[in-house]
Amino acid sequence: MKFAVLQFPASNCDQDAVHAIRRLGHEAGFVWHKDASLGDAEAVIVPGGFSYGDYLRCGAVARFSPVMQTVKSFAEAGGLVIGICNGFQVLCEAGLLPGALVRNKGLQFRCEQVFLSTVNRDTAFTRAIPTDRPLRVPIAHGEGCYFADEETLKGLRENRQILWQYCDASGEVLESANPNGSIDNIAGVCNAARNVAGLMPHPERACESLLGSADGNAIFESMIQTATAAAAAA
Amino acid sequence: MKAKIIITPKKAVFDPQGKTVQNALEHMGYTGVEGVHVGKYIEIDLADGDVEEARKKIDEAAHKFLSNPVIEDYRLEIE
Repeated sequence: MKFAVLQFPASNCDQDAVHAIRRLGHEAGFVWHKDASLGDAEAVIVPGGFSYGDYLRCGAVARFSPVMQTVKSFAEAGGLVIGICNGFQVLCEAGLLPGALVRNKGLQFRCEQVFLSTVNRDTAFTRAIPTDRPLRVPIAHGEGCYFADEETLKGLRENRQILWQYCDASGEVLESANPNGSIDNIAGVCNAARNVAGLMPHPERACESLLGSADGNAIFESMIQTATAAAAAA
Repeated sequence: MKAKIIITPKKAVFDPQGKTVQNALEHMGYTGVEGVHVGKYIEIDLADGDVEEARKKIDEAAHKFLSNPVIEDYRLEIE
């Protein structure tokens, strides 16, 4: 399977994302923000970083880049897209995901390991996630507090679009396990069509035990399984 | 001609910056402060022309790009 990893000025998790995919035995290549083609990629990763210096709002400028217009069409045609950290902010700004990410409630930049409870396992991003324990992955952000108005939130719950919530080591979703003040401890969501997802934690930074955890692989493996099954059925 | 855009966080969005500034004001002894909201101010220099046309254009840009309607409100002035 082939992944396209976008590169904006000041993306800084692009190399990590490519490394994580290649470690799993799949292909990953960079796509520059000024390019309007994703080539023959079967999935897109919008990586973390500080695209365009995070000027105006995180993700606000990246959204209008040439590559994002192509990503929009790719997503509308059903292609798999995942946004990580700044990539999540970009996808929200682009309107590909509901809600927005605002300044962490405690005003601090939080850089630490967190635990994630997987809320909906029946998606292209979660199906390979082990069921016996929460995922252990790192976060590193100053503006990761997920916000959506009441009506949007109701829709997210009803359509089971909340994919991950911050939890404690035993898997319990508690306010004390919420690192940034996100509504309902939300760490990641998907769109209504379930082919676009975003999360603030970094699965690509948890892709081998040397890094303290290899739990992030399960998210990429879910995407690979989904795309492989779809290709086999076609 | 100048366009002035004042962007503020929506009331429903928790504004930790505003809250911190409010706390600091209280510590400094400024009483009666009931709320602080920290936003952004953008000034755009425009070539002279039709004011209403400029307002329409900048209003569109403010809605699409300069503010995020999910979390922010804005006020536009042209002078």
